[in-house]
Amino acid sequence: MSTRNEIWQGTLALMILKTLDTLGPLHGYGIARRIEQTSGDRLSLNYGTLYPSLLKLEQEGWIVSEWGVSENNRKAKYYKLTRAGRKQLEREAKEWNQTTAIVARFFEPVEGQS
Amino acid sequence: MRQLRAWLLRFKGLFGKDARDRDFAEELESHLQMHIDDNIRAGMSPQEARRVAVMKLGGVDQTKEAYRDRATIPFFESVVQDLRFTFRQLRKNPAFTVTAIAMVTLGIGASVAIFAFVDAALIKPLPYQDPSRLLFVTEKTPELPSANLSYPDYLDWKKLNRVFDSMDAYTQRSYTLSTSAGMQMVDGARVSDGFFSTLGVNPLLGRNFYAGEDLPEALRTVILSYASWQKRFGGKQEIIGQSITLTEIPYTIVGVLPQNFHFAPVENAEFWTTLHATSECDQRRSCRYLSAIARLKNGMSRDAALADVTRIAKDLETQYLDSNRNIGATVSPLSDVIVGDVKPILLLLLGGAGLLLLIACVNVASLLLVRSETRRRELAVRRALGATRARLIRQFVIEGLVLVAAGTVVGLVLSHWAMQILIRLIPTEMMAGMPYLNDLGLNPRVLIFALTLAVFATALFSLSPIFRLTNADVREGMAEGTRGTAGRVWTRIGSKLVILELTTAMVLLVGAGLLGKSFYRLLQVDPGFDTTHLITMSVRAPVSAYDKDEQALALQREIVDQVKTLPGVTSVALTRQLPLDFNGNTDWIRFVGRAYNGEHNDVNVRGVSSDYFATLQARLLRGRTFTDSEDITKPKVVVINQTLANKYYPGEDPIGQRFGDLELNPRSIKEIVGVVDDIREGPLDSEIWPGYYYPINQHPNVGYSVVVRTSRREESLIPTVADAIRRIDSRITISSQTTMTARVNQGPTVYLRRSSTWLVGGFAAVALLLGVVGLYGVIAYSVTQRTREIGVRIALGAQHSTVYRLILKEAGALALAGIVIGTGCAILAASLMRKLLFGTPPWDVTTLVCVAVVLGACALLASFLPARRAASVDPISALRAE
Repeated sequence: MSTRNEIWQGTLALMILKTLDTLGPLHGYGIARRIEQTSGDRLSLNYGTLYPSLLKLEQEGWIVSEWGVSENNRKAKYYKLTRAGRKQLEREAKEWNQTTAIVARFFEPVEGQS
Repeated sequence: MRQLRAWLLRFKGLFGKDARDRDFAEELESHLQMHIDDNIRAGMSPQEARRVAVMKLGGVDQTKEAYRDRATIPFFESVVQDLRFTFRQLRKNPAFTVTAIAMVTLGIGASVAIFAFVDAALIKPLPYQDPSRLLFVTEKTPELPSANLSYPDYLDWKKLNRVFDSMDAYTQRSYTLSTSAGMQMVDGARVSDGFFSTLGVNPLLGRNFYAGEDLPEALRTVILSYASWQKRFGGKQEIIGQSITLTEIPYTIVGVLPQNFHFAPVENAEFWTTLHATSECDQRRSCRYLSAIARLKNGMSRDAALADVTRIAKDLETQYLDSNRNIGATVSPLSDVIVGDVKPILLLLLGGAGLLLLIACVNVASLLLVRSETRRRELAVRRALGATRARLIRQFVIEGLVLVAAGTVVGLVLSHWAMQILIRLIPTEMMAGMPYLNDLGLNPRVLIFALTLAVFATALFSLSPIFRLTNADVREGMAEGTRGTAGRVWTRIGSKLVILELTTAMVLLVGAGLLGKSFYRLLQVDPGFDTTHLITMSVRAPVSAYDKDEQALALQREIVDQVKTLPGVTSVALTRQLPLDFNGNTDWIRFVGRAYNGEHNDVNVRGVSSDYFATLQARLLRGRTFTDSEDITKPKVVVINQTLANKYYPGEDPIGQRFGDLELNPRSIKEIVGVVDDIREGPLDSEIWPGYYYPINQHPNVGYSVVVRTSRREESLIPTVADAIRRIDSRITISSQTTMTARVNQGPTVYLRRSSTWLVGGFAAVALLLGVVGLYGVIAYSVTQRTREIGVRIALGAQHSTVYRLILKEAGALALAGIVIGTGCAILAASLMRKLLFGTPPWDVTTLVCVAVVLGACALLASFLPARRAASVDPISALRAE
């Protein structure tokens, strides 16, 4: 359970960083919606779980936050990727690709056996 | 790095959390609003839109909590909560808080202050290289456990031993030094060439003595102490190579010792010169004035060293029977010699302070128990509401920690002051013998000790309530309200603690009592003369100006005559050695007309002027004293002391008998003309040695002490006497100007006993107070618990006296248990400090009985107040109260 949680937390952080990288500064609600949409609504998350992750990323210095005004003229807190955050995203994306590639190899059909 | 940054931010998050919570609430609100807007746009009703938004969020409070856990460190946050709660509790109960902190402060402050002394004297390593291999090596006689070496013996030991890397000798020595303030007496030492190398000490400036620099033909050189260099030479580098004159002889300064160097056996020696063994005494094997230090070879044991030097001493005895008969050898760790008499006293004081700390902690622990008792309900409720056992325990630990932390911090401040005061109370002459106390203070070792005490106290304080925190308590605590059976449980534990307190108080009181009695006994010792109204000072004239006996004799007479004419002076005398100073400076005597088999009759020798016995008001038992005209031209005469008369002339009249040196050299033969009652030459607690007094006029000298009896206040006359002597010859050096009373009171024997008596007495008084307060607490609490029972008894017709008896019996049992156990422990403790007692056995019945009575009376008083309250219980209100 806890290991799955950790993996989930790590991937969630990666998704947040990627979202901010693609869309620029965005509020928590927007990030949550975007993640759901990107997953083709296959991923259904409690939006609340996003906030501790955002706080953690902020504490680690990958993102910064600042109050602003939303497209509907609502006051909202906007999160923005920092330069260090962008580098971190690159690193993590590379790692993720490697990991998935390795894991994927295990599930490739083995040739020469039948 | 990033992790650390995150942790720091989370730690910071422990504070200012209201602002953060508000901020996040706003963020959540804006999140929900945006979601609701979207939902409405998608066609939901406003209520439905909000419900779905909150559901999708996963609950507002849950989100806030998850967020808060990430924003701070949850464990710390609850600790901070506990701390806040503790502070609130303590503020609500200031009497308890102040009492508890004051007790911890007192206990820790006293222990730490005493420990700092112990550390400076016993724990801190000596400022030498590898000090554990350094030994004090010297001769011993059947009478003296450690006696000095002669120069020839030293050379033989050094040459013949197989156990030491090196062995070197030293002796204390005073010099006269011409300063801007006139001639001054300065402390110094004569050492052999390798002395500092053996210690492993290198000069800060200049060089060490080189091999052979202590031989007669070498140039005379001197190494300065750091203090002397600073004080007399302004700390200037250029002094190396300069010349100074010490006691009329020029020396070249070759080095300066490091600042932290000290060598207690020669006290504050400022000028370190080499032996230069040229005098008659230096060549004579029976003239013993040196002490020696040695560095053990690597891996060599002290026993092996002792065996080796004993072998050498045996060989020398057979070879030089005249001078070395019965002379053995002894070795001891150098640190023992340096710390000396202070060690047992320091350990005693540390023990006393430790007991005081124990009693203070036990008292606070029982206060905490009472409090935990009254908080049973609170704890039960918290337990029932889901607080884990661990969380409740943590609450107690934090409470204990807060009390101890406050007490320790204040205690450290207190101990710092206490050290400053105590060190200032030590007389200068005594400080000179304890140079290691100079850098006394709160060093890391002392702080670690304080920390250890604090941990111990915290453990005690938090454990005692935890001990009470059993699972059954929840239901019981909720059900029973605040009083009933549980109170009994506390009384049982509480009363055990009180017995412990009373026992401890008893031990301290007996210790103080025995020390006090020893001190009283010491002051009762008859010194053999009247110590009041006496001024003493030592005087030294330059040898070059008075090198003929006639000149020296004339000066002696002149000094006596001049001082005698001063107003307020009733009588004046000279002596080579003041009484109460030390036993030693002895002579071997052989009796004329008796068989002689080579034995060494070792007796004290003192050269005194004709009015000496009259001035001291010593008691002449037989015969006469000297006359002023008995000088070099007259036959030699002596006055012997009672002990010599009893030992060597039992049942005989010694008057008219004669004795001389071991060869009965005609020039050494002296006739006994008087017997004087014993004057204590050594400290008050030492044995009386046989001794004789010869007329100083028959061996005129340039250095002696002047003793003046006055009818006035002594202090006021000291400068007048000193001036009168200086007027005779300005080159005369005067030092150690004081009164006999001050010499007695400031002397190590009396001072150490007095100060330890006062300190242990102070500890004991506080312990008594704490113990009695503890007893009062238990009895008062027990009365509160038993109010109902007492009410019933009174309602059923019990007399007041019966109630009194009931309560006093309870208190009496506790006090008795404390006194009985305490007596046993006290006798045990007292046998450990037997060395410090004087004329008092460890089981001294008077002291034990007195202490038991005092403790019993105080206990009675402490229990009388609650007993009276019990007797005045109004049965109606007592019954209604339940």
